[in-house]
Amino acid sequence: MRLQHQAIAGTTESSDIQIMIEPNVENEIAINLDSSVQFQFGKQIKQVIQDTLTKLGVTSANIKAIDRGALDCTVKARTLTAIYRAADVTDEIDWQVID
Amino acid sequence: MVKNTIGREIPTEFADKYGVFKGAWAKKSAYQTAAAQVHPVQPTDSKLVASIHDVIEKVGLKDGMTISFHHHFREGDYVMNLVLAEIAKMGIKNLSIAPSSIANVHEPLIDYIKSGVVTNITSSGLRDKVGAAISSGIMKNPVVIRSHGGRARAIKAGDIHIDVAFIGAPSTDEYGNINGYHGNAICGSLGYAQVDAKYADRVVAITDNLVPYPNTPISIPQTDVDYIVQVDKIGDPDGIARGATRFTKNPKELIIAEYAAKLIEYSRYFKDGFSFQTGSGGASLAVTRFLKAAMLKHKIKASFAIGGITQPMVELLEEGLVNKLLDVQDFDKRSADSIRENENHYEIDAEMYASPFAKGAVVNQVDVAVLSALEIDTQFNVNVMTGSDGVIRGASGGHCDTAAASKMTVVVAPLIRGRIPTIVDQVNTVITPGESIDVVVTEYGIAINPKRKDLIDALQNLDVPQLTIEALKAKAYAIVGTPQSIVYTDQVVALIEYRDGSLIDVVRKPGEIDE
Repeated sequence: MRLQHQAIAGTTESSDIQIMIEPNVENEIAINLDSSVQFQFGKQIKQVIQDTLTKLGVTSANIKAIDRGALDCTVKARTLTAIYRAADVTDEIDWQVID
Repeated sequence: MVKNTIGREIPTEFADKYGVFKGAWAKKSAYQTAAAQVHPVQPTDSKLVASIHDVIEKVGLKDGMTISFHHHFREGDYVMNLVLAEIAKMGIKNLSIAPSSIANVHEPLIDYIKSGVVTNITSSGLRDKVGAAISSGIMKNPVVIRSHGGRARAIKAGDIHIDVAFIGAPSTDEYGNINGYHGNAICGSLGYAQVDAKYADRVVAITDNLVPYPNTPISIPQTDVDYIVQVDKIGDPDGIARGATRFTKNPKELIIAEYAAKLIEYSRYFKDGFSFQTGSGGASLAVTRFLKAAMLKHKIKASFAIGGITQPMVELLEEGLVNKLLDVQDFDKRSADSIRENENHYEIDAEMYASPFAKGAVVNQVDVAVLSALEIDTQFNVNVMTGSDGVIRGASGGHCDTAAASKMTVVVAPLIRGRIPTIVDQVNTVITPGESIDVVVTEYGIAINPKRKDLIDALQNLDVPQLTIEALKAKAYAIVGTPQSIVYTDQVVALIEYRDGSLIDVVRKPGEIDE
């Protein structure tokens, strides 16, 4: 999937994650994570974001994520929504990618 | 490196100096108590001194000495900041401070550490900003964390020698009869300060409420006090109750409290004349409310409750469901008012409350204790000191004292907080050893310590889900994932004394994040 422009999903409330995504001119995935549980779950959160991008075939993106202790299901949902918004996908959304 | 009996690694230099933890009741030997210096006062002498500056000169405070404070004003305390500011201005360095605890309001302490005014600290707790600064390694000498009972023991045994005690006095006369019942910033019990007053060489009362002689009731007597200084304000009455004693509506906390109360009601300890302690956390406070319903239903009254006194305990006293409150500290204004107005609400000092080396502390008489936790591991060890990121932010308090001595110790905590699991493989810091914890209560059910076979048998038919502690941990990890362990450096930033003075753990400075 190809990103058209910048998009955002989620909030910075407790137990949520805010995902800001935009096309990357370097043609690669760059994830910048700021998390209240960076020490304990930083790696895992990045992995969930990466896996979600892979499932939707996104190979180039700049992502800034502000996490306030979201569970994996929330990380997936927010990432997915941000991608669809950035790619201007409005109908025929494939929710099945959330396993 | 020396491993203590719960497997914690203590660097040899500290292990040699303090000894390592060998079990909750491993130490029991007679000892000679420390004694205070006395400077006699004659009829024409005045104890009133014009300023904090003058009194620091009068008591002869010098580089390298130890000074103490009490934390009954909690987040409303002005005294420690006032005194340290004056000391810094006078150029005195290299001080040890021994406050009964340290709050957020004491953030200026960070600068006094950096400028070399304060080079040693012993305290029960270190809150957010001060805790984070200590964890970042700003002190050369590690902070010594002591429980409330452990601090009283250390002072009485001479491990902490206080050169000058500065005591915030809500009311005093000009001869130094002090109580916390009257004045602008009333704090109720002065239980921690009473110990300092008995064993410090010099005792200075700082007050904003000088009353005619003689001031009664007398919590700290004139015979213990050298000087009195008047200031504008010793504390903010609103700050005393800040952060505690909120009445929870959180459904998670309510179900935890309900489970805990059911467990207590079902246990053999719940009979007429039983005694209890409940902490000031949301769930712990709510337990008191559910317990009240059970007491009314079964027509059972408690002989006494102890603590950390909070409004719900005061209500039980006033409704005749508890005969006496024994009070070392008050967490809200209602409790501070009650100790003044109700003769069955009685002030006790920290030694009588919880010292392991007293001729029997009150905690030894407690049937049921309900305590909270930041982390509990599968060995039932409890952490109330460091966050899940390994950074100091809590307080030892009376946790290990009460847990060790009471007949049934119940720890109440949510299974997860946000993405942070409470039940873990290994706690970051041990304050209370697993041997002292009998039951863990979460919103998913309870886990009984396998060592308490009697409880497992007795609670078989209790109408609350029962799991092993491993099953609780697995449930937590299934929801949030398996957390990565915190990486620590070798730098020790705090020593955790068990109540008997041996080292149960140390806190190290966290390292960089492993990306």
